[in-house]
Amino acid sequence: MSAPSPAAPAPSPVVVWLRDLIRKPFFWGIVAIVALLLLNVVKDPAYLAITVNPANGNLVGNLIDIMRSSAPVLMIAVGMSLVIATGGIDLSVGSVMAVAGAVSMEFLKYAGDSASIGVAFSALGLALLVSAAVGAFNGFLVAYVGLQPFISTLVMMLAGRGLAKVITSGQNTAASNEPFRWIANGYVLGLPVVFLLALVLVIAAGLVVRRSALGLMIEAIGINPRASRMAGIQPKGLLLTVYILSGLLAGVAGIFSVATVMTVDVTRTGSQMELDAILAVVIGGTSLAGGKFSVGGAAIGALLIATLDKTVLFLGVSSSATPAFKAIVIVVLCLLQSQRVRSWFTSRRASGGPGGGAGTRSAGDPPPSGGGGDGGADPGAHTVSSGDGAAASSPGGAGLASDVEAKEVAA
Amino acid sequence: MAEPAPVVEMRGISIEFPGVKALDEVGFRLFPGEVHALMGENGAGKSTLIKALTGVYPIDSGTILVEGEQRRFHGTADAQSAGISTVYQEVNLVTNLTIGENVMLGHEVRGPFGVNWRATHRAATEALARLHLDHLDTHRPLSTLSIAVQQLVAISRAMAIDAKVLILDEPTSSLDAAEVDRLFTVMRQLRDEGVAILFVSHFLDQVFEISDRLTVLRNGQFICERRKEELSRQELIAQMIGKDLETLSSLGGNRRAGETEGEREEPLLTAVGVGRRGAIEPTDLEIRPGEIVGFAGLLGSGRTELARLLYGADKADSGTITLRGRKTTLKNPADGLKRRIAFSTENRRDEGVVGDLTVRENLILAVQAGRGWARPVPKRERDEIVSTRMSELNVRPADPDRLIKNLSGGNQQKVLLGRWLATDPDLLILDEPTRGIDVGAKAEIQEAVAELAAQGVAVVFISSELEEVVRLSDRIVVLKDHRKIGEIVNGPEVTAQMIVDLIAAHGADTHHPSPPPPAQPAGNQPLSARSTSAPADPAVSETTEEQS
Amino acid sequence: MSAATTMPAPTAPDSVAATPVVTLLKRLQRLVTINPSTLPTAAAIVIFVGMIIFGEIAYGRIVQYSTLSNLLINNAHLIVIAVAMTFVILTGGIDLSVGSVIALSSVAGVMLANSGLPAVLVVVIMLAIGAAMGLFSGVLVRYFNVQPFIATLSMMFLGRGLASLLSTEPERLADDSPIRALGTQIKIIDGPKVNDLVVTPGVLIAVVVVLVAFFLLHRTRTGRTVYAIGGSENSAVLMGLPAPRTKLLVYVVSGTLSGVAAVIYTARLGIAQNITGSGWEMDAIAATVIGGTLLSGGFGYVLGSVIGALVLGLMNVLITRDGGIRPEMTTIITGGILLAFVLLQRVVIRKRE
Repeated sequence: MSAPSPAAPAPSPVVVWLRDLIRKPFFWGIVAIVALLLLNVVKDPAYLAITVNPANGNLVGNLIDIMRSSAPVLMIAVGMSLVIATGGIDLSVGSVMAVAGAVSMEFLKYAGDSASIGVAFSALGLALLVSAAVGAFNGFLVAYVGLQPFISTLVMMLAGRGLAKVITSGQNTAASNEPFRWIANGYVLGLPVVFLLALVLVIAAGLVVRRSALGLMIEAIGINPRASRMAGIQPKGLLLTVYILSGLLAGVAGIFSVATVMTVDVTRTGSQMELDAILAVVIGGTSLAGGKFSVGGAAIGALLIATLDKTVLFLGVSSSATPAFKAIVIVVLCLLQSQRVRSWFTSRRASGGPGGGAGTRSAGDPPPSGGGGDGGADPGAHTVSSGDGAAASSPGGAGLASDVEAKEVAA
Repeated sequence: MAEPAPVVEMRGISIEFPGVKALDEVGFRLFPGEVHALMGENGAGKSTLIKALTGVYPIDSGTILVEGEQRRFHGTADAQSAGISTVYQEVNLVTNLTIGENVMLGHEVRGPFGVNWRATHRAATEALARLHLDHLDTHRPLSTLSIAVQQLVAISRAMAIDAKVLILDEPTSSLDAAEVDRLFTVMRQLRDEGVAILFVSHFLDQVFEISDRLTVLRNGQFICERRKEELSRQELIAQMIGKDLETLSSLGGNRRAGETEGEREEPLLTAVGVGRRGAIEPTDLEIRPGEIVGFAGLLGSGRTELARLLYGADKADSGTITLRGRKTTLKNPADGLKRRIAFSTENRRDEGVVGDLTVRENLILAVQAGRGWARPVPKRERDEIVSTRMSELNVRPADPDRLIKNLSGGNQQKVLLGRWLATDPDLLILDEPTRGIDVGAKAEIQEAVAELAAQGVAVVFISSELEEVVRLSDRIVVLKDHRKIGEIVNGPEVTAQMIVDLIAAHGADTHHPSPPPPAQPAGNQPLSARSTSAPADPAVSETTEEQS
Repeated sequence: MSAATTMPAPTAPDSVAATPVVTLLKRLQRLVTINPSTLPTAAAIVIFVGMIIFGEIAYGRIVQYSTLSNLLINNAHLIVIAVAMTFVILTGGIDLSVGSVIALSSVAGVMLANSGLPAVLVVVIMLAIGAAMGLFSGVLVRYFNVQPFIATLSMMFLGRGLASLLSTEPERLADDSPIRALGTQIKIIDGPKVNDLVVTPGVLIAVVVVLVAFFLLHRTRTGRTVYAIGGSENSAVLMGLPAPRTKLLVYVVSGTLSGVAAVIYTARLGIAQNITGSGWEMDAIAATVIGGTLLSGGFGYVLGSVIGALVLGLMNVLITRDGGIRPEMTTIITGGILLAFVLLQRVVIRKRE
């Protein structure tokens, strides 16, 4: 992690590329995917084999299965990475999946016409609209009301599932609509449509975020909300946008997962998917404290999770136990991100260069919840109020002191 | 003169934070039965020294002796049990609990059924009585008290724990004159009882009134330790800001003296009665295009607070701001940015740099913020901003893709300046742009500021180095105690010494300068002493001559 | 069973309830004027009383021994986890793992009991599992500076996963198991028909938990430190209080009490399953918040949380009685109430500033 040393005599482009790749935080995600696949190969040498189904020309194999099942996680991981980058969290993604599934299934069931593309599109549109509305509700509470992200999305996490149940009257609604089913089960160019769609959406999201200034601003408010505000960024609209995007992508994920079996299981669709999304984001190298994020990294993380799920299944472990493993992985990754563990590796003073920003991510920092002085209802932000008060008399000294202090208190 | 052994002695204390040497081999002695003032400007290391003594920060090197015994504390509780009590600058009490609990927290009287609240509140009342606060109902929540009274409660708490050493870090910044008097009475009483008191304040008059001995720190270094009688106000200020008296007097205003007389342009910004409760009293101000207006005053004088109101970093709660002839309200920084005002903060780390972003990203941040996220700055324009600003300001290393947190303070400051220049502002407010950076970078920033003004940009320049203010400014606004106390048109005859005198003299005839009562809207005093030229108070100049 | 049929007879129960209600209101008013931080808790009491009156008028048979006994019996576990949550939220933290810890603890407990382990040992192990999970969260928060909701969210999934690893089937506790004795109903007043005043040892345990928690929070230095941390952790540290240690402690308390709740719940139902307690974290948070504890910490009372838990329990009773509201709506209503109270808190905080 130290500053890059001046390069040795002209390394070849490949070496440079490899070195850059290894430095990427999600490199270890790729390594883990490969390792898991190898594990499967050890158990069954033919695991990676992909065959062509002679009947329809589609590709068949475990890898294809992994691709197909990774689609929902890919979607919510992308949304979650944006939310986490702002320093927030969206615990409602799993429930939004259930809501989107319930809305689309109910609609298809009542529409009846099992071949109409129009009906399929209407179901899609309606489900996405509802998902975006839930996201907007979260965003409104976080950005404009100033609630902590976890509490507003927690309410949505639990109430959303209730909403899904209300929509289907507690039933696991099934429906039939060919075009809709095709989303999850169809093939294009021999590959599953659902995976291609997910890929397109990931790339599109990546492009939107990086080609516009959305990504930069999200990172800025995640890294240093106060400095971002002083630079003239208005966080409210941004936060609202991000939560709407997260809701929308969770809706897509919900459609992907119900379209597979054309049934919404109101208790299990999207259940515990928020964990998967958080895990994917953390594997992708985004700090849970917010800041620098990578849509690509989150996608790698999502693929790793899909691979892990399949592997656990393949190795014959009860699938309901996988959350336990994932929780352990999250804990380990959190520990690796924590200041204390880092300082075990690099002593405080030996850290190369003046790392002036080291303290800006301390626990005392407020999440970017709509402007300056409303850290009051935030469990992590007690230092903020005193900092603000002191700012009136001596912003510089107090700020520096309280920042270092927050670090010390935490240690 | 036989001095008793010091109760606290700190030798060669060094503390380094990432990128900052907060304390560099600092020594400090505190004797029983004295009030010892610790003086220094922002960032001098006063708070750090206190926190080193009380074990809040671990020290990198050096020794701390308490009553001749080498000690190292691991936190406030530890220091408290050794008899060292601290009252911090920000009131460090918990407003959600009652007054009595705050006094006794951690020391509650316990009986067979847990805490005996009756006895605890009685003990709290006794502790409060020493500060004549026994009329307070200890069962009321602390939040019902004004900040000033809370501060007194904090002091009562510190004294409830039979302290040998009492550290008061800026205890008076929120007290009014009567409360300061009350506090000083108690301090004297404690001193006479043999308690050693370490007192930090930026109110010079208070320091000279109460303290017996002074230690001056500057930029994390020990400068001097003197008895009060051995040091004049002027000398003290000179020591704090790091210029000896000769230099201070000889430095004249060399910036376009008299040039502005000719064309009086329409003001770019006119502020009438702009103020914010607890921060800056209602203030009038005019700023013209192409003019550099210096804000001079010590830390806590209101210089930063006033500047923040002009940008919208804080919202003014009184007065009107007229910009280019039009009334305008600045509710948040985005408003300021939209109206082509730029504000480079004094608090570089918390409000300036976005550490984990690159230099490039930091440079374009404000321009981008002005356009919103959906309209990204085109790559060509971005590259141009980055290359012009980096070469113009000579940012080193010249690698725009480096994370800004890995740059030195001076170069971070240049990047921030570049960020604001890129927005092409009409009014540029620079709050301490040269603090804590090396001499070379300092000169480069000063040059850039002069250049900008020449191009017609209005600049507000704030610095605790008066010399710098005098050299750069066309006009100098002098502030003290949250109030504008004068305005000086710069010219060859204007010196830093004049400003020092003005600050030292103002309010010296009254016993205590009374800062504005922060939480009480009723008590807004009208603006006093508005002088447009430098008043050479004869009394002050006489004392200066005596001293030098 | 619609509301309209009972409309003609609103006066009778009203006049009966009037005098105690009025005196109660008067006492509350006095309390609130002395200490304004009790206001939200007082509001919760008013809401609870209001719901009882409304229920009595609209549906009848609320103010009677059997209904009130059942309210306590069926919500004893919720009261305990609401108390647990109060400790954590008072410090400004949160514990999302209570439901999962209950699942893990009860599944493990039932399986151990069925394998022939003595009941006392089983109960001790159930509590120990809770304490261990709490300790784990606490260490993450205290030493590694992990945000409380992330640390406890991990524990939430870990607990649920481990419970699933143990069993995914409903585990039935043998009917003769001594643990079930904790769920037996003891008649205190034998009323006419089935209108008896009944308690279970589980209810008594909950009462003891509440009393001990009250003592701990209001009569010990540790308890006051909990409040101080919630007021300002920074200040608490600078005041020389053992804030870091106390922060760790509240998570251990919360975990252990989740274990207690697991014992009470298992004893009453005799069944444990890996999905037991899902969503209870929100019930506990809602109970705490309704009871007047501020999510930002520092303000709140254990007794308020008890009232909050009873409000939620009563709400379930009323929903069942009404019959017109679908049971699926319950989580939405709970969520809505929680949200409403959280928003109310924000208004209160803004006002105070």
